[in-house]
Amino acid sequence: MWEYTNKVKDHFLNPRNVGVIEDADGIGEVGSLACGDALTLYVKLDENERIKDAKFQTFGCASAIASSSALTEMLKGLTLEEAEKITNENIADFLGGLPKEKMHCSVMGRDALEKAISNYRGEAEKKIEGEIVCECFGITDLEIERAVRENALKTIEDVTHYVKAGGGCESCHEKIQEIIDTSLGKERPAKKKVIRLTNIQKIKLIEETLEREIKPALKKDGGDIELVDVDGNNVLVKLQGTCATCSASQITLKHYVESKLRELVAPELLVEEVQS
Amino acid sequence: MNEIYVDNNATTQVSPEVLEEMLPYFNEFYGNPSSMHTFGGKVEHKITEARARIASLLGASPEEIIFTSCGTESDSTAIRSVILSNPDKKHILTSRVEHPAVKNLYEYLSKNGYRVTFVPVDRKGRLDLDYLYENLSDDTALISIMWANNESGVIFPIEEISKVVREKGIVFHTDAVQAVGKFPIDLKAIDIDMLSLSGHKLHGPKGVGALYVRRGTKYTPFMIGGHQEKGRRGGTENVASIIGLGKACELAAAYLSDNNNQVKQLRDKLENEILKRVPNTIINGDRNHRLPNTTSIAFEYVEGESILLMMDEFGICASSGSACTSGSLEPSHVLRAMGVPFTAAHGSVRFSLSKYNTEEEIDFIIEKLPPIIERLRELSPFWKKIK
Repeated sequence: MWEYTNKVKDHFLNPRNVGVIEDADGIGEVGSLACGDALTLYVKLDENERIKDAKFQTFGCASAIASSSALTEMLKGLTLEEAEKITNENIADFLGGLPKEKMHCSVMGRDALEKAISNYRGEAEKKIEGEIVCECFGITDLEIERAVRENALKTIEDVTHYVKAGGGCESCHEKIQEIIDTSLGKERPAKKKVIRLTNIQKIKLIEETLEREIKPALKKDGGDIELVDVDGNNVLVKLQGTCATCSASQITLKHYVESKLRELVAPELLVEEVQS
Repeated sequence: MNEIYVDNNATTQVSPEVLEEMLPYFNEFYGNPSSMHTFGGKVEHKITEARARIASLLGASPEEIIFTSCGTESDSTAIRSVILSNPDKKHILTSRVEHPAVKNLYEYLSKNGYRVTFVPVDRKGRLDLDYLYENLSDDTALISIMWANNESGVIFPIEEISKVVREKGIVFHTDAVQAVGKFPIDLKAIDIDMLSLSGHKLHGPKGVGALYVRRGTKYTPFMIGGHQEKGRRGGTENVASIIGLGKACELAAAYLSDNNNQVKQLRDKLENEILKRVPNTIINGDRNHRLPNTTSIAFEYVEGESILLMMDEFGICASSGSACTSGSLEPSHVLRAMGVPFTAAHGSVRFSLSKYNTEEEIDFIIEKLPPIIERLRELSPFWKKIK
């Protein structure tokens, strides 16, 4: 269950300013049915370009409805210049905070506001700027960069909570990480160079890895391992101690010994057990 | 405010008879069933009785029942056992709509040397049997197919599949967590090698499950330790819960033999009245092959979390396949596998009843739910457009 503040609950159960302004000066539409939330914001201005009225329609979860309701309350009486300064953080704060998984609801409010103001000023519908990174939710690199910068986001999970990017098939996680790293001014570590080992180097490295990494771990459970031979990429080993009689030893061999050797020596290695 | 609990596929109330049977085994008869003294021996007798009660509900022999800590442990034990016992075979098969207890383990194994087939389902949540059979080979070690789906309630043709699988000598496991206690099961008549069940889904306590392993099935333990469960599952028994599970199975057997249709009648009433009163509403899943207690209803153009929270204001407890309730951003993998359109998947609500629900409760839901949907649709920018 989500930990919603009383203010979120109040704005969800008794949303303010629901509806359509037929002669609105600005309309902002964001989101879609597929995404699971969508908001249409209507604003009406007075003669001094002050927001006289704001209404909304929202499809979405409790926090999406509450964020929309909060936004309309915040907008009334503001000049456009003042309204432009509202951030997603302001919307969340107005509600006494949102669960971090739900921050994208406040971002949706801010986006709808920007669109409504552009719409009033007669600015052409902004073309999608930047390059789509997250195909599932149609989120661009620029949108991700902005969310990272404005909210000091540090992880992919944060980015997903704020703009949804990366919340679907996850295939864009690497790109999102790059954007975060660039924004944090971190250099990406160069991809590990693939070094071709000679047979002697390979055997030596396998021996070292067994001694340094694998044996101590097995010994903790009373087991041990001995290197018998290295034949091409086949590493032949003998399990000893409790490992020799343990019914889970095949798991140890494949999931631990082999993956360790693959990680630290060469990714193509295969570990096989030789029966004594 | 009284709760109206219609989320019984998530968990159930412990029956009063079950609780009563469990209570003495916390501080009165607290002996260790492995002990040599009579005090411990008394406890061992109760565990033997519980094992027999479970076996009887399933049409199995008591020695084919292994106690575990939950449905997930039963699933993990079964799947890992088959893999370790058949090291030469590298292919395993399951459905796309399994519970995470099976699905996530299969996904893990797919990254660790196993070829994995996920069998699709159609729009009504029915398994594509041709696809299943076509993908079996000599390399297939295991098929794991749930007996009934927790979200849609669709029941899979386990008996039919078991016949094909038997001919090919492949081990067949079924996650029957949602099935046991909801309809009669007779393992004397159906050739299944392993079956998982969970206590808290059939009015037993949480933290206890069981795994049925047909006599003669190769078995490698998951929890290795003491001699408990004849070395098939180490660890001191969760005595009170095992006794509770046994009692729950006994009650379930009695209930099923009564042919009591109350749960199904109430479910049908709820479903039909909601369909009648709320436009743009769809039932997810094959209505002809479904658990008698489950209905998954999709309300188009509204979002599930909002529906749940508004029902919560009236004390109505249900669940949703919507993305927003889980913290993920996509609707449930079951609804997606079924191809439920996004317009409906986000607004899907599951009601799962139990024998403790009354007609008054169902009438209350029928009265309160339509205005909630209407109100949320009034809020939704899509509703006016399609009307």
